[in-house]
Amino acid sequence: MSANAPVTHFLDLTTLRRERLLPVSGKVLARRGQRVNASDVVAEALLHPEHILLDVARGLGVPADKADQYIQHKAGDEVAEGDLLAGPVGMARRALRAPRSGRVVVAGDAQILLQVDTAPFELHAGYPGTVVDLVEDRGVVIETVGMLVQGVWGNGRTHYGLLRLLGQDPAMEILPAHLDVSQRGAVLMAGTCQDASVLSAGDELPLRGLILGSMDSSLEAAARRAHYPIILLDGFGSLPMNPQAHQLLAASSGREVAINAEVWDRYRNTRPEVVIGMTDRGNPSMASDVAVHSVGQKVRLISPPYMARLGTITRLPGVVVVPSGVRTQAAEVRLDEKTTVLVPIANLEILE
Amino acid sequence: MGTSLVDAGSLLALDIGTVFTRAILFDVVEGRYRFLASGAAPTTAGAPLNDISEGVRAALDQLQEIAGRTLVGPDEQLIIPSQPDGSGVDACVATLSAGPPLKVVAVGLLEEVSAQSAQNLATTTYAQVVETMSLDDRRKTVGRLDALMRLRPDLIVIAGGTEGGAQQSVTSMLEAVGLACYLLPKGQRPEVLFAGNSALVDEVKESLGSLASLHIAANVRPSLDVEQLTPAQPALGQVYRHVRARQMRGVQEVDMWTSGKLLPTAMAFGRLIRTLSKEYAHTSKGVLGVDIGASATTVAAAFSGDLFLNVQSRLGLGAHLPQMLELCSLEEIQRWLSVEISDTDLRNYLYNKALYPASLPATPNEMAIEQALACQAISLTMRQARGSFPAHAVDSLPGLLPWFEPIIAGGSVLTQAPTRGQALITLLNALQPTGITTIALDRNNLAAALGAAAEANPLLLIQALDSTNFQNLCTVISPVGAANYGAPILRAQMTYADGHTSKVDVKMGALEVISLPIGQFGSLQLSPLHRFDVGMGGAGRGGTVKVMGGLFGVVIDARGRPLGLPSDPARRRELLKKWLWTVNA
Repeated sequence: MSANAPVTHFLDLTTLRRERLLPVSGKVLARRGQRVNASDVVAEALLHPEHILLDVARGLGVPADKADQYIQHKAGDEVAEGDLLAGPVGMARRALRAPRSGRVVVAGDAQILLQVDTAPFELHAGYPGTVVDLVEDRGVVIETVGMLVQGVWGNGRTHYGLLRLLGQDPAMEILPAHLDVSQRGAVLMAGTCQDASVLSAGDELPLRGLILGSMDSSLEAAARRAHYPIILLDGFGSLPMNPQAHQLLAASSGREVAINAEVWDRYRNTRPEVVIGMTDRGNPSMASDVAVHSVGQKVRLISPPYMARLGTITRLPGVVVVPSGVRTQAAEVRLDEKTTVLVPIANLEILE
Repeated sequence: MGTSLVDAGSLLALDIGTVFTRAILFDVVEGRYRFLASGAAPTTAGAPLNDISEGVRAALDQLQEIAGRTLVGPDEQLIIPSQPDGSGVDACVATLSAGPPLKVVAVGLLEEVSAQSAQNLATTTYAQVVETMSLDDRRKTVGRLDALMRLRPDLIVIAGGTEGGAQQSVTSMLEAVGLACYLLPKGQRPEVLFAGNSALVDEVKESLGSLASLHIAANVRPSLDVEQLTPAQPALGQVYRHVRARQMRGVQEVDMWTSGKLLPTAMAFGRLIRTLSKEYAHTSKGVLGVDIGASATTVAAAFSGDLFLNVQSRLGLGAHLPQMLELCSLEEIQRWLSVEISDTDLRNYLYNKALYPASLPATPNEMAIEQALACQAISLTMRQARGSFPAHAVDSLPGLLPWFEPIIAGGSVLTQAPTRGQALITLLNALQPTGITTIALDRNNLAAALGAAAEANPLLLIQALDSTNFQNLCTVISPVGAANYGAPILRAQMTYADGHTSKVDVKMGALEVISLPIGQFGSLQLSPLHRFDVGMGGAGRGGTVKVMGGLFGVVIDARGRPLGLPSDPARRRELLKKWLWTVNA
């Protein structure tokens, strides 16, 4: 079964195009050709619209079948708090006024439905680059040149800041003691996190981002609650950061990174990523998102007992029985000079 | 392009799962339908290809290679009907389970009555009920409207009003739905399925017909004490197809190949079980089907043609795996583990597996974890499903599994288990059957395909449902009663076709295997002690039963119902190992 398999990228220089879409229809604010930073707002939408239904007949004290003639606005009208919506009626000049500012969405049948103004959800660019296309009512397509490191889990947040390496060891665990005031506003990078208080301390500083190789899964809920982006490059547990990603990021310490910790959702085509924009490096080619497994390919193992280890495919023996007893397409992978393992091909991620 | 299945010869079944897409070919050989071959390829519904057609074509390519038959033309389209040169197929059916669960809002009058029925209807497909609205929640129209605008459901299921009952209250519940549909942009409006008081259908059409993609189904709660979900399932299947066609590229094309009959896999699986239950109606037992996949765990129970389908999207072995921990503790999963794994490692495994749903267990330890997860998922789904079983389902004791004959199980975690014994122990632990039943394994993953074809081509279902495809694991005798561990509770004597006999004295807590090869029949005499119920007419009653051979012959599961496991982890693991050893796993 030599089908196309997805590729994970740890690239020092590439061109990437990413769709940044609102979860619901809204207003696109960016223009085609506009240069953006990761934190720029490119589109906005009302995620949680709030409505008020006003009974015109009751408000004016008139029969329901007479109420519509007193309505002063039609659907689509913007109104400010206190604006006259219906009336005035009678000697007492009874009137119905807007209790809050907003937009009339339905007017008629003796009722007015008002969508009140609430803070819109702002979609950040997430990447530094150029808006190369607009998606009507939904968002933008951004093109970036730079370094790309893809993750496996993100807490849904986006930010940018200066990358700071806590230590040279890819297995280094970040501890609460590492988070002092000198780290305020930084994007920190460490091997693993096993302590929930690190995550809350990051909120208190605050950090602008945290890039980890791994994190214990018991911290997942706390990581989701954090107000800064957290991204895992290798998985859950106490895995060191893979050497390829670590090397790339370590070499970029002190540079500004965009950390887009989107949830990895294959159906929505979103994946957590770290990008360092390098606009002065020409137009490198775009990396392919799919490849066919082949000998010599660099891969990452994505299942125990070799979870997150990198290696090279040395042989594709076809369908064999692997140590678990499962009969499946497998690959022989050399992990280091001394270790070669036979693993299901489904447990390999192609790296580029 | 599409064609009727009536009088059709060859049939292609496509099953698009979360992880794999399968193409399965049936044809008439020597006057009888047979499963000829299947091809499989990774499903391509998600990134980076985001088009199911790619996976379908790759599966078809493999099938063509294996079967030595051309099925796809130069235009990349399926050749229907078959051509004189032998290429193509006469009919195509397809089932789909890939994709995120449908986000559903269930609307009804009373939370515990019609709103519950709306929820129950949603759980007959790949769905997650994100909100329930009823008169009980005391929200006003705008409160409900805001909730709908915030949640943006794929589907709103409206139930309410018994036949001849309430109308006005139902209409008031429709207001918020109508407003939400009006306010949402056209392409983002939810599908609406009305399955309430039939007297309101015209009014519902008038108020919602122009605003939403409206589907009408039979009332799921025709009276306060009757819930009937089955008649509404075809409409739900149609909704599912609409939503998926909108969400996923390639669905429309496959649907066209099937003449618009693409089905949710779980519904097709349910059809197979319902059809079988009619065949087994004379046994007065139900037929049970269990299918465990990456997207969901499905339990289909049917009693003389009445289907009770339960699909738990939170209990799939894929991307939603961590959600299992919302329904049970790690300890509850640990109890099925025959190897020592720390809670931390187990939880990390769950989360990592969710990141890579297509990954396979590489070592015996990971295999043990997957089987423990499967066991727990089936057990939890069964617990949910049991509540809806009809009162006439025969059971030995309340809370235990009713009598079923047979039990059919499918899903890669079972069919690809290194030994059939592991699959059997997983099923016995998860289901804990009672009485006398046979357990068969859908080893070629054909059940949903046959269910999809069942309506138009029942002959195919009957002829393909043989022991080649559905491997008979064993006949299980599960005595129910109370006795001390080690006390004798049953005497069993097997008389084989050649006249020789084999006797077993079964003790409480034991798992005994009496060999009876596949294809052979034996006569099993059962004499329960201490008023144990072996499913032969009541407590303490015995008799002689004709049993069919299976891979493990006859298994007497006297481990107790419900199954009690030692609280000491080491002792529990030893016991689990012993049971696996008993069935050569």
